[in-house]
Amino acid sequence: MELEGRWRDLDRLLERQGNLVGPGFEPGPEIREFLQNDARVLVVGAGGLGCELLKDLALSGFGNIDVIDMDTIDVSNLNRQFLFRMGDVGKSKAEVAAARVMERVAGVTVTPHHCMIQEKTLDFYEEFHVIVLGLDSLEARRYMNSVACSFLAYDEDGQPDLATIKPMVDGGTEGFKGHARVLIPGVTPCFECTLWLFPPQTKFPLCTLAETPRSPAHCIEYSKIILWPKERPDDTFDPDVEEHMKWVFDKATARAAEFGIQGVTYQLTQGVVKNIIPAIASTNAIVAAQCTLEALKMVTMCSTGLNNYMMYVGTDGVYTLTTPYERDEKCPICSAGVGFEVAPSSTLQQLINGLVADPDLGKHLSAPSVSYGSTNLYMRGALESQTRHNLEKPIGELVDGDGSIIHVNDKKLVAAMKVRLKLSGSNGSMES
Amino acid sequence: MATAPDRAQRYDRGIRVWGAHGQEALEAARVCLLNAGPTGTEALKNMVLGGIHSFTIVDGAKVEPADLGNNFLLTADGVSAPRAQCATECLKELNESVAGSYVEETPRSLMNSNPDFFKQFTLVIATQLGEADAVTIDNICRQHGVRLLLLRSYGLLGYVRPSVPEQCVVESKPDSKVDDLRLGNPWPELAAYAASVELAGMEDVAHSHVPYAALLIKAAKQWAESHGGGMPGTYTERSAFKDLLRGWQRHIDGFPLEEENLTEAVSNAHKVWAPPTVGSDLRAVLQDAAAASITRQSPNFWVLVAALNRFIAQEGQGQLPLEGSIPDMHASTQAYLDLQRIYHAKAEADAAAVEAHARALLEAAGRDPASLPASEVRHFCKHARYLRIVRCRSLEEETEPDSCRGEALRGALAAEDTAANAALYLLLRAADRFHATYQRYPGTFDSELEEDAALLKSQANAILSECGAAGGGGGSSAPAGVSDDLVGEMCRCAAGELHVVAAVVGAIAAQEAIKLLTGQFVPVGGALIYNAMQCTTSVFAF
Repeated sequence: MELEGRWRDLDRLLERQGNLVGPGFEPGPEIREFLQNDARVLVVGAGGLGCELLKDLALSGFGNIDVIDMDTIDVSNLNRQFLFRMGDVGKSKAEVAAARVMERVAGVTVTPHHCMIQEKTLDFYEEFHVIVLGLDSLEARRYMNSVACSFLAYDEDGQPDLATIKPMVDGGTEGFKGHARVLIPGVTPCFECTLWLFPPQTKFPLCTLAETPRSPAHCIEYSKIILWPKERPDDTFDPDVEEHMKWVFDKATARAAEFGIQGVTYQLTQGVVKNIIPAIASTNAIVAAQCTLEALKMVTMCSTGLNNYMMYVGTDGVYTLTTPYERDEKCPICSAGVGFEVAPSSTLQQLINGLVADPDLGKHLSAPSVSYGSTNLYMRGALESQTRHNLEKPIGELVDGDGSIIHVNDKKLVAAMKVRLKLSGSNGSMES
Repeated sequence: MATAPDRAQRYDRGIRVWGAHGQEALEAARVCLLNAGPTGTEALKNMVLGGIHSFTIVDGAKVEPADLGNNFLLTADGVSAPRAQCATECLKELNESVAGSYVEETPRSLMNSNPDFFKQFTLVIATQLGEADAVTIDNICRQHGVRLLLLRSYGLLGYVRPSVPEQCVVESKPDSKVDDLRLGNPWPELAAYAASVELAGMEDVAHSHVPYAALLIKAAKQWAESHGGGMPGTYTERSAFKDLLRGWQRHIDGFPLEEENLTEAVSNAHKVWAPPTVGSDLRAVLQDAAAASITRQSPNFWVLVAALNRFIAQEGQGQLPLEGSIPDMHASTQAYLDLQRIYHAKAEADAAAVEAHARALLEAAGRDPASLPASEVRHFCKHARYLRIVRCRSLEEETEPDSCRGEALRGALAAEDTAANAALYLLLRAADRFHATYQRYPGTFDSELEEDAALLKSQANAILSECGAAGGGGGSSAPAGVSDDLVGEMCRCAAGELHVVAAVVGAIAAQEAIKLLTGQFVPVGGALIYNAMQCTTSVFAF
């Protein structure tokens, strides 16, 4: 039984017409009914952001939430992952988080998935109206991005087919800083369009580590990267095994003493080895709430949406920047097809070599398979012997002509990359 | 209770942000929350997780069904129980090391009956108070030296207003720090070290492991000697300076050796002619009146700023004390550690000089010179370049007609990038006046939405004309800069507390609380408006 008046504040937003709302907003009680009964939202990650997201979504009217996370609970999560207690250490994050939210918020169903995101099929992901990401790695973001973009289809005019758009919301934090962004494949930039937003990790040159260490971090990296494989070749280093971490710390301490370097501590060793990003409750809460608000706006149109990136910096007062980043029209993941120039007389083998060597496309490829419409042109694996003969054929014979779109697949990609062939020498019309 | 190693592990991710000393400050904090709606419980949740000492909730309400739609820190079986009690129990579950208690009384009644009650706290977080009550608690907190955060969640609008008379920040932790290396004007020990590096006689391996700082000091000296003591100033001169460095490149059989230290020297050459300067924030601290006359009552911070001024004028010859750390640079271990030692020794000597000035100042002011720990002086000197001071006006000053900054408000309403958020600031104050007049917030009843919008605009106009910021609009038409759209949105939500907006406001407040309690990072110096429609924020020091 729903308590009368429980959703009073949310209902004002959903049942009253506003002046600053999304396109096609039709206020009424049906919206909350839709949120509670029909809308499906997936939360990826049940960590610092994930715990907040689950709470925020449940208290924003979402009635059916799934959460996926392969991790188990650690003591160092408890400073921010408020759904977990000391007694939960070692249990599945997704399962404990789901149970706690259902216990507290009557009427919500949270379905946990204690597994890797790669273990789920595309069919699983296709079920959801919106996917909210609470991740801490670029790799996982790129994977989910390729999942969402794999559903996207374009019509003949090169416009995204609205029914195939799988919107996502993404959040991230570090210390007092964070960001929230919306990703609407085909409309806003996807992760690949704006990879430059993620700075590369600092890596120390091996010769510095081996010969001229100068900082405690150099000693720690030496101990992990060079000493471990040399002295314990039969053990795989696992940063979550305390004995392993202690070993690296002891060796780093000894090396620092040998060179007269100050400052190797156990805390620093953990930080360097695990590349720990400092994370606190408040920043996670700010970002997760902003992300949830955007998910709510996407599904209900109850207010104007974020366009399309918000940065939050809480170190010097509070500074935020809301920016509409732009799509990369040549993005191999979300565009309608990246143009690639090739002579019609080139063989399929030459085309594949050219794709792998291309500075933009090649970074997504290692051993690509190629198909055209429903025809397999060249496939790795079981179909290799059946398709091998195509490698020597000229492209002009394999596709219909200039502007043809081939699909290039690779184990580095979760979904095929669309490549629009510009057959040089022909003068067919090209879309810009 | 958590054991000590558990504590270090549990709070590890926070300690990496604010250090063990920051964590100690948090663990000493006694926090009082006024009103246990979602804005308040979310703020407290984040602080309880971080490991504060204790909290006390003051709330006179009973748990209602609407609380279960927006507040995670209440339970369904608590309906009609005291909200303060129910929230206290839920919050205590989050961290067994934090003590929690509650007072079942409305904040207004407690403020009136027992203002001294608030003396016991380090910080008061006052949520969802109207303007009159907010002024009352601000005055109480200022009188007792208790820090205060005022929070509001109002539909799609959020408000966070720290209120501290003065926050002195030693560890402001700026995003980017500049290296203070003194390459163009090395002190004697550093100059002697650089002179002792004889590039000409070195083996190739040693040559490629001379730290770039030493290379730049040598090059700067050589340049000065051939340019009448000057430093490269023009683009041409700077290019020539870099060419001078490149000329030191070793070759084998006519092919250049890869010398990373030289590459680093070229790319860091600007550190020779553009050393760090005293920024405007620091200048304001140095010139602050509080540093000009040190009395028995002066806080250590201002004693140290006064000592810093003396150091700059005397030993420093215009320079700040040396920070003492150096960035990593391609070098042999020995060369790098030697260099590190020279910088460290200079920083120690500078700090000792500042310490002597500070002790003399204390003595002159009639305080025990030994009362200032040497470690505090060293800490201060290490961060001297980034000192900050934040002063918040009292809420009474901000809202009283004779002291409010009407011109600034009008300016913000007129500026494109702040107009919407300044309008929300004004409309929130207008909504409080509306409530004081009609005992309800605008938009409470579906049938009176339009009428309320007109009345809300009148209240906004009244505020503007009181503080001399009227102009355009007037009566029941929207004041200049305030769009009817925003007025409509204010009425649409009718002071509703949406969970997500409350979560943002509570979490921004928790960040501000951490800043106020640890003395690290720079708190907001005015009223922060969070606009959940546009996803923007603005800070107004009216």
